[in-house]
Amino acid sequence: MKLLVLYLIGLVFGVGISISGMANPAKVLNFFDIAGVWDPSLAFVMGGALVTTFVGYKLVFGRSAPVFENRFALPTNRSIDAKLVGGAAFFGAGWGIAGFCPGGALPALGTGRWDVILFTIAMIGGIFLARFSQSLAARSVAPAS
Amino acid sequence: MIETAFTPWASLSGGVLIGIASTLLMLFAGRIMGATGVLAGLFQPASGSDFAWRAALLAGMVSGPALVWLVSGEMPAIEVPVSTPALVIGGLIVGVGVTFGSGCTSGHGVCGMARLSPRSFVATAVFMASTLATVFIIRHVIGG
Repeated sequence: MKLLVLYLIGLVFGVGISISGMANPAKVLNFFDIAGVWDPSLAFVMGGALVTTFVGYKLVFGRSAPVFENRFALPTNRSIDAKLVGGAAFFGAGWGIAGFCPGGALPALGTGRWDVILFTIAMIGGIFLARFSQSLAARSVAPAS
Repeated sequence: MIETAFTPWASLSGGVLIGIASTLLMLFAGRIMGATGVLAGLFQPASGSDFAWRAALLAGMVSGPALVWLVSGEMPAIEVPVSTPALVIGGLIVGVGVTFGSGCTSGHGVCGMARLSPRSFVATAVFMASTLATVFIIRHVIGG
């Protein structure tokens, strides 16, 4: 039951991404190409998603806990540091090069296109690369436990 | 470069659906609808049930295009105006960036900003500016 609900939530997200244009690199890159063939559509995606989620969260956070869990699992890190800014800058560069972001690429996998699969494999490779370098850094800071 | 049609209604309805899904995930599972977080946690799940909810959510996401096809008769348009090396290099950089930056467009840009997280406002401003600069350089400085 739980998993069926989660599947359906994923489906709503996947349909939303599919019809929004967020899974289409041509549209994504044109949104950022203000000096060229600008397509402002993605502002409507971001705006629609943000306003809906803002109102939705207001209602949900009126509850003391989510339906399936004992508590809300919200990020607790509050530091605005070089890791956050550098990571975001890096992500933006990659998004501008390839035209896919993670939320666009994952539903797009459902089209079975090889270029989406290739991007996703490279992205997962990047996630592992970053994790590996983070674990190396953590080991050099705190040796032998 | 491919010209694309301005689609305010389709994009707005897609955005609202993304917002509904984000709200429902918080309501039922108490989780942020961040594609990065959902995917990354799949490789290092805290428990069997942690793996299961992520897999179910991702399976739903991947089924999205098929449902669109069933209803409309057409797969969602995906046009890739970049080279294969650009897809691979871009993918790698996206993977590294979202890991260090703790999120992407859905996690920071939608869910984080919706809960008024200062970290998400900073991250979103930075990655939007960075994407804008990257596209400008590729299309108008190098390619122009």
